[in-house]
Formats: sequence, structure tokens, C-alpha cells
Amino acid sequence: MKQLSMQKLLLGLLGLATFILVWKVITDFKLVSPIFFPSPARTWTALLKGLAGGPLLAQTLETVQRMLLGWLLASLAGIMLGALIGVSRRARAFIAPTLELLRPLPASAMIPIAIAFLGFSDQMVLVVIAFGALWPMLLATIHGFSAMEPRLYEVSAVLGLSRLQVIRKLALPSAMPMILASLRLGLTISLILAVVGEMLASREGLGQSILLASRSFRSADLFAGIVILGAIGLVGSGLLSLAEQRLLRWQAVTR
Amino acid sequence: MRAAFRTSWRAALLPVVVIVAAQVAATVTQLESDSLASPLAIVAAFFSVLKDGSLMRASLDTLMAAFCGCVIGVGAGSLLGILLGLFRLADDALDLTIELLRPVPVVALIPVVMMLLGFGARMEIVIIALGLLWPSVVLARTAVREVEPRLMEVSAVLQLGFPARLSKIVLPAILPQLFMSLKLAAGYALVVAVTVEITANPFGLGYGIMMAQQALRPAEMFAYLIWIGVIGWLVSLVLMAAQRRFFPAFAKGETR
Repeated sequence: MKQLSMQKLLLGLLGLATFILVWKVITDFKLVSPIFFPSPARTWTALLKGLAGGPLLAQTLETVQRMLLGWLLASLAGIMLGALIGVSRRARAFIAPTLELLRPLPASAMIPIAIAFLGFSDQMVLVVIAFGALWPMLLATIHGFSAMEPRLYEVSAVLGLSRLQVIRKLALPSAMPMILASLRLGLTISLILAVVGEMLASREGLGQSILLASRSFRSADLFAGIVILGAIGLVGSGLLSLAEQRLLRWQAVTR
Repeated sequence: MRAAFRTSWRAALLPVVVIVAAQVAATVTQLESDSLASPLAIVAAFFSVLKDGSLMRASLDTLMAAFCGCVIGVGAGSLLGILLGLFRLADDALDLTIELLRPVPVVALIPVVMMLLGFGARMEIVIIALGLLWPSVVLARTAVREVEPRLMEVSAVLQLGFPARLSKIVLPAILPQLFMSLKLAAGYALVVAVTVEITANPFGLGYGIMMAQQALRPAEMFAYLIWIGVIGWLVSLVLMAAQRRFFPAFAKGETR
């Protein structure tokens, strides 16, 4: 078994090396003009230079901070609102259909509205991120609550649990798998909206940086920014799936 | 019938109350704002952009781009996914690379594609296709791996060639999953299309809503916003109906 995964890793690294080699061949033979498409080496140099002394590190921190803040706001609001709506059947009947109606609305379509109210500001970007990432959390919590084993509600009535206790002791744990999955989705949305917001509102960050790099045809800087954005996404979802594994250990046991 | 009526008035209550309250508030305060508009003004603005044809043109542009991007992205992604699902070795070799490329947010590609292709429908289609590529790869790969192994054994016994195996065994088995992948992709394609239009591309509904905001016409802005929501909702409705029609068993299992 161990040997098998070893072989898989080697093959994977070989695949990655081939990918970079193909990239290098394309740029070496100038199949695409180097103005648009930098070689791997140039991207790497731009990445190192930007992170060591250049602006990339500060921009990365800015973007990550924006993304995390919006995501936290959305998660807290989404789970709390979702719990309030989800725990009462009556509230669900009145509110859930409207939420379902609003769900397919692209979060980015709210950007002009947010600009109209808040102008091109950091708050505007934050509101857009929080609003966009709110939906998966909210709907997953409501859905998780309504999918809870009905007997558990009966049990809680017999035990005379208060509504808060029901939420904390029964409903939240049983909705946890769905909530955790939506947290990951929310983080992806937050990153996307942070980048879009920075591009549009010209706020400091990676989104603005790659847009400016592309306008002045600094393709190496542009690709370095994209590499960092990919890394942010990778690390974020990696951390969340680790948390998921830890928090849902009980589920794996009972299955 | 009565139960259906009861649930539907409950569902309608909240939106109706909000709209009426907004209208009352706007009338009472004699609203004149650069960011808010009364529901009646929004309806009027909707009909005015509908009449001068700009709404329909923008919708067609956006929908065409989303459709083309969806077909290209899901097509290419599913093809790659099927190949990876069938050939274990290729999958192992490419898995790491795909996992590294997948988390790159699609909006990060806007500047690259913009630099290569400039503005217009082509650029938007390419970005949408790129955004849909990886999810389609992953879904198709999983679907192929879940094909009943005995079917694969049968195909080996019958000594089917690769094309015959693909068209007779694999494709029919994973068709429902492919359709679900398309359904998810369609909604996402619309989101990406609007995002690209708002961010960069002077084109379609996203640009329309952005222009309405910059011209300080809030009624028109909200009319566009609501229209974008309606289109997204209609697309998902049509696809849901199609799924129920063509893959009834699968659709039922999914909504469980």
C-alpha cells in the first residue's frame, strides 16, 4: 500500500515536471509571444523578487486579510441566521422560498449596487465578499436543520430543552457536515470576490496587482500573482478539509 | 390543492411585504436618490430598457457567451475526465498538476485572457470554459470510476476496442452524471459571464448593470439586477425540468 502511494507520488511529480517542461518549450520556441506568456523561470524569479523585497507580500497579506474577514463575517451571520430560520418550521415556510429565489443571483451582480451605496471603498469590497459568501452558509444551515432526524426534535420536546439548547446540542452537530462543506465553498467565493473587488475598486491587493501587471504587459508579475492566488486557494481548502476530518471524526466512527 | 395554496401564500408573503413596504417608504419620503429606487420606478425602467431593445441584446450576448463557454468547458473537461477515469496511469501522472491548477480562481485569469484576446465575446467564452474545465474533469472522472466494474470486465471479454467501449459501455453509464455536471456548470457559467462583464468586458448584462450604476440610474440598475436573477432562475428551472424528463430516477435521488 505504501509502495503504491509512493509510486503515485513519483508519477505525479513526473507529470508536474512534464507540465513545466511543456510550458518551457512553448516559451523557449516563442510559440506564444513572451510579452503575453512568460517562461517558468521568469515567473519564478518574479515571484521570488516580489515576495522578498517587492510589493507582492504586502498585497498577498492584504488580499488574504480581506478574504478571511469577509468569510468570517459571512460564516457567523450565515450560521446564526440559518440556525434561527432553520429551527422553526414556521420561519422556514415563510422565509426559505424567498432565499431559494435569491440564490441563483450571481454575487458579482451585487457589486454595482454596493458601489452605488458605498462608493469605491474597502467597505464596499468587504460587503460584497460577505454577501456573496453568506448564501452557501445560510442555505446549508437551514437545510441541515430541516434534515435533522425528526425524532430528535421529539426527544428534545420530551426533555423540555429550550430552543437554544436544541440548536446547540442537537441541530448544529447534525448539520455540521453540511455547514463544513459550505464553509469551504464560502472560502472559494470569498477569494474570487476579493480579487474582483480589488480589480474594480482599485484597492490594494493581488487583484489590482495582476490587473495593473496585465495592462503594462508585465506578464511575469501577472503570472506570479496568479501562482500566489492559486496557492492561497490550495492552502485555504487544505486547512478546511483538515478541520473537517478532525471535527467529523465521530461521523466516520458511527458509519 | 389547498395545501399547495397554503404553502404558496406563505412563500409569497415575504417578498410581497418587502416590495409594498419599499414602495410605501419611497412614496412617503418622495425618494430621490442616486442609489435607491421605488419598485414602480424599477418596473418602469425595466419596460423602457425592454422597449429600446438594449435589455434583449445584452441578455442574448451574455447567454450566448455563457452557452458557448459551457459547451466548450464541459465538453473538454468531461473528455479529459473520462480519459483520466479510464487510464489509471495517466490519472496518477496528472493528478498532482490538476490539484495544483484547480484552486486558481477563475477571475485571476481575466487579465491573462484579456491581454491575449482583448475584449469581446471570445475572451469571455474562453474564461468561462476555463472556469468550468476542472469541475467537469473531476465530476466525469468520478463518474467513470463508479461505473460497475463488471461492465468493464464484460467489455474486456468481448474484446471491444476503445471507441466501442467508450460509446457502448462508459458513455451510457455516466450520462446522468454528465447531465448533472452540465446543470451545475450552466448556473456557474452565467455567474462567471456576469462577473467578467462587470469586471472587464464591455458587453452583456454585467456591463449593462455597471453602466446604469455609473450613469446614476438606480431604477435601471435594479431592473438589470432583478432580470439577471430571473434569467439565472429560468435557466436552472429549464435544466431541472430536462433532468426530470430524461433522467427521472436520477433527479429523484438527488433532491433527497
